[in-house]
Amino acid sequence: MQLLVTGAELADGTRGDLFVADGVLRDPADAPGDVERLDADGLIALPGFVDLHTHLREPGREDAETVASGTRAAARGGYTAVFAMANTDPVTDTGESAEHILALGRRDGSAQVVPIGAITKGLAGAELAELGSMNARAGVTVFSDDGMCVMNAGLMCRALEYVTAFDGVVAQHAQDSNLAGTSACCHESEISGRLGLPGWPAVAESVIIARDVQLAKLTGSRLHVCHVSTAESVEVLRWAKAQGIRVTAEVTPHHLYLTTREVESYDPTYKVNPPLRTDEHVDAVRQALADGTIDVVATDHAPHASHDKDDHAFGDARPGMLGLEQALAVVMETSLERLGWAGVADRMSIAPARIGGVSGTQGRPLAMGEPATFVLVDPAARAVVNRSASASISRNNPYHGRELPDPVVATVWAGRVTYRR
Amino acid sequence: MKHLLDTHGLAYDDAVRLLDTAETMADVLTRDVPKLPALRGRTVVNLFYEDSTRTRGSFELAEKRLSADSMNVAAKGSSVSKGESMRDTLLTLDAMGVDAFVIRHAVSGSVAQATGWVGAHIINAGDGWHAHPTQALLDAYVMRQHFRAHGGTDWAGKTVAIVGDIKHSRVARSNVWLQKTLGARVVLVAPPTLQPAGISDWGVDVVTDLDEIVDSADIMMMLRVQRERMEGGFFPSTREYAERYGLTPARVDRMKSDAAICHPGPMNRGVEISAAAADAANSLILDQVAAGVAVRMSVLYHLLGGTDEEN
Repeated sequence: MQLLVTGAELADGTRGDLFVADGVLRDPADAPGDVERLDADGLIALPGFVDLHTHLREPGREDAETVASGTRAAARGGYTAVFAMANTDPVTDTGESAEHILALGRRDGSAQVVPIGAITKGLAGAELAELGSMNARAGVTVFSDDGMCVMNAGLMCRALEYVTAFDGVVAQHAQDSNLAGTSACCHESEISGRLGLPGWPAVAESVIIARDVQLAKLTGSRLHVCHVSTAESVEVLRWAKAQGIRVTAEVTPHHLYLTTREVESYDPTYKVNPPLRTDEHVDAVRQALADGTIDVVATDHAPHASHDKDDHAFGDARPGMLGLEQALAVVMETSLERLGWAGVADRMSIAPARIGGVSGTQGRPLAMGEPATFVLVDPAARAVVNRSASASISRNNPYHGRELPDPVVATVWAGRVTYRR
Repeated sequence: MKHLLDTHGLAYDDAVRLLDTAETMADVLTRDVPKLPALRGRTVVNLFYEDSTRTRGSFELAEKRLSADSMNVAAKGSSVSKGESMRDTLLTLDAMGVDAFVIRHAVSGSVAQATGWVGAHIINAGDGWHAHPTQALLDAYVMRQHFRAHGGTDWAGKTVAIVGDIKHSRVARSNVWLQKTLGARVVLVAPPTLQPAGISDWGVDVVTDLDEIVDSADIMMMLRVQRERMEGGFFPSTREYAERYGLTPARVDRMKSDAAICHPGPMNRGVEISAAAADAANSLILDQVAAGVAVRMSVLYHLLGGTDEEN
């Protein structure tokens, strides 16, 4: 397939044409006269986005999402790679199960699908999963028990130590289970106290991060912190980075944009873990994303069938919300002024590709000879989000009914147009 | 009023109207035939996801006294991993033709959510730690009777102390909002571990020492200590709790002569309330139970019985 994209502006502000041929970018001067053209006048071309934190639900809950539907949603959001979280059924905790995710991605993916391996067998927090086998057989370098925190400090230390053999990274869901009880369903605040909803205090996150960064220092290993949601966590990360500790961190679109005030409606769509916090925390994570204390935006895209979500009382509903399709819109709305387009490209593509070990093919400069993997963005378009218009099978979209930027015009992954408005 | 979900936001006039009608209903209950035809032909479902003796019993009796057709449904927990969702249960029952649901559920906010699933009137019979409005109304009812019997003019100048597990108590929350609306000075007494986040924003006084308030309060409302709190490390032992936060005989002796004792039940005698306090002459605990039927008749009547104009 060949495609000539004309007049696009790059993240650095320069303008030019992008000639896509055989999956790579070629000299536009070589484009044949009858080549298919895409007029990108007024649009911005960024490297395709990379999501370090996606729940594709396959295998196990194909009624909520599949590799096919989840990566279609990814393509609509400008993503060309997603990292598939390990908490499927069965859990991705062996070489074979990681190979299976890779195979599903190759067969059904509208984006590159990279398996994340579990840290512990069955996410049970007791014994290490087959980390080395997953690496050897399926190239897994990111390991996470996401959904569950590795509470045992000794086991966490060993996981960090073990993955240094193949430059792996351990991605922690930081939530002290003694401080945040099993019934906790929202942020502990004046609102949870008044509504009588069991809350979890912000410090239940930062105490685990404070512990883990010291384990990373001890082992010299790489720690990644999933979905940072609090001001205290940001302070700990800032301290750790100043020490030269090898720690990276992500923030979700919803923690950049929504607050715990949403729970006053008891709408289970807004139940998510870690929970939506207060303005003070939202301001802190925005600032941290801008100054690089938080390295990347990751969606924690978490599809749920309505019979697991809004048919239940808030406290009984599953936590999690969609994120892939509106991630860029939320980043533009909350952070574009501070980040600029080059910063957006870094936080959503270049940095996550580097952390996830896929920077050979993702997060590349848009230059001749590089993979034709990019997204075309309209900086001016806005629209009211309609959850029914989603490519996801699920409808737990927290942005439904809100007016946001509507930026993604086309997504190209290795020369293949995976989405075009 | 279409639903009764919470006392937070319940207007003063509506609260007083509900209490006044409850007095009329109490008179009806003293008649030879203690029954009104007001809800004849109306169907009320008591949907209880949690065990209840007095609340369910008094709702059922209130419905029968008003000639409604009532049905009790004891539902299993609706966790996502097993059984029918709460929404499906409501839709199923609603399809049978229901005018009102009386719902108790273990999760805060669930009863309010139900108003989005069915069109019937909904009465909150207790949701999680959130609200138990009919309990607060019947508490207010017996307090008002008590104040009037002692020459008072309702809540003016009165101090209501609510003692115990404020954090996990729907009774405490509903009483706080209603008593504030009615004009009481509310004092909450609890160990710091049983105070909810943001309690300082509630517009009430909060103390940790029961002895600071016991000789000045007009009402001592003692909350039940749930077994899971006893085992949950919120305080060191039931002995220590009884010593520091229990209404002991010595504390009863220090109460004002015209002060009274309330407890929503069921009681842990010897923990939050001594036997001497529970059975004291100024204990309103059985009056609370008795008032439950009249107050719930009043609520049902105002939601279901009146004309549209009255509603």
